[in-house]
Amino acid sequence: MQDLVKQPKPVAVKIDRLYKSFGELKVLRDITTEIYQGEVVAMIGPSGSGKSTFLRCLNLLEMPTSGTIMIQGVEMTDPKTDVMAMRQHVGMVFQHFHLFPHMTVLKNIMYAPIKVKKMPEAEAENKARDLLARVGLAEKANVYPSKLSGGQKQRIAIARALAMEPQLMLFDEPTSALDPEMVKEVLDVMKVVSESGMTMAVVTHEMGFAREVADRIFFLDGGRIAEEATPDEFFKQPKSDRAQQFLAKML
Amino acid sequence: MNSLSLDFESITPSIPFILGGIAVTLQFTALSAVIGFIFGVLLSFCKISSFKPLYWFGMAYTSVFRGTPLLVTLSLIYFATPQLTGYDISGFQAGIITFSLNSAAYISEVIRAGILAVDRGQTEAAQSLGVRYQPMMLDIILPQAIKNILPALVNESIALLKDSTLVSTIGAQDLLRRAQIVGAEKYVYFEPLLIVTVIYYAMVMILTVTSTFLEQRLRKSS
Repeated sequence: MQDLVKQPKPVAVKIDRLYKSFGELKVLRDITTEIYQGEVVAMIGPSGSGKSTFLRCLNLLEMPTSGTIMIQGVEMTDPKTDVMAMRQHVGMVFQHFHLFPHMTVLKNIMYAPIKVKKMPEAEAENKARDLLARVGLAEKANVYPSKLSGGQKQRIAIARALAMEPQLMLFDEPTSALDPEMVKEVLDVMKVVSESGMTMAVVTHEMGFAREVADRIFFLDGGRIAEEATPDEFFKQPKSDRAQQFLAKML
Repeated sequence: MNSLSLDFESITPSIPFILGGIAVTLQFTALSAVIGFIFGVLLSFCKISSFKPLYWFGMAYTSVFRGTPLLVTLSLIYFATPQLTGYDISGFQAGIITFSLNSAAYISEVIRAGILAVDRGQTEAAQSLGVRYQPMMLDIILPQAIKNILPALVNESIALLKDSTLVSTIGAQDLLRRAQIVGAEKYVYFEPLLIVTVIYYAMVMILTVTSTFLEQRLRKSS
């Protein structure tokens, strides 16, 4: 508890009384929390607990039913906010990569900086090549996504999101669609990103990653954050029964 | 009686005139296909629009052109334009307008289906990068949609090529019209018609082979 009080970090994301329903189905019920600058938050929980929906609400890929989301002090949920302009600052990595199949790897990474940020092409290319080197795929610059393995696709997707120099990165089950032997290469890249001081929210089933890399765990259950804790607290002695049951199944 | 013998000799001098119709037919088909495609893209955007008036316009437009015979719209435009505007429209122009408008209705349906078939994740990926609607549609969604529907588009142009014979009814000198003219001059109908039948079939075959080839290449690349 003292930990939270002496948190010196400024708030990157502030979520206040967030609700989301799909028709009759209430997926998120009253989520209020904060994510601090430079922090890695792992969102875990049973399937159907709302963790992906929660993440997708943060860049308004899902429109919240009610509640507010502030990112870097800008209220995303305000109708007057230019959501598209805000999304530049919020990178997202999807479970199924969603690379643009008709563009080479290099073009995938360069596209948004050129189109959205109006970056000169030469600069965008330099940046894209730097990022490719950072994710260890420099030699794949001119390859089409269909020629890549799942792990490679996801590393490119991370590079593509980073090319926009976001202030926050969202990861929606980034390793769930991967063959087991490719999980590590993606988690390693994510770890490097986190070490650069990036604020990250990661929906994941990788308990090892959550334990090792995350600064905090959000345990979601039934559309609520049932538990917010450091990995040490959470994995050693989860407070709620649901978290104990969940961990018993996962570990 | 030598009723089964063919008399190509008497029409030989007219063959260049008939062949000249190939250019007219092709020009006609190509122009209508290109204009119809561009207009079809715009219409398909109307149909997937969440702005209701645009959506209704797109749907009503398609409904009208699919629900009326091509020959009727063609005659309507050919005969009504001079009466309404005083402009003496040529058969060729009336044809281009009718066929562009008509094929736009069909093409827009094909494109709409193609756009909806593109993985929703592509839209989300583009949105999450801050890419706005217009560049997203033009650079990301449409290229993938077109790739999937390319064979259907070639089929549409085959239909257009065959339907183009309808302009012969309003005096445009396409292949069929020229065969009829030669027939009427020389009192031999079968031979000129046989010639243009072969030419139409050859042109359609070229398009069909192209379509099959495209389909195979696309299957390989995806």
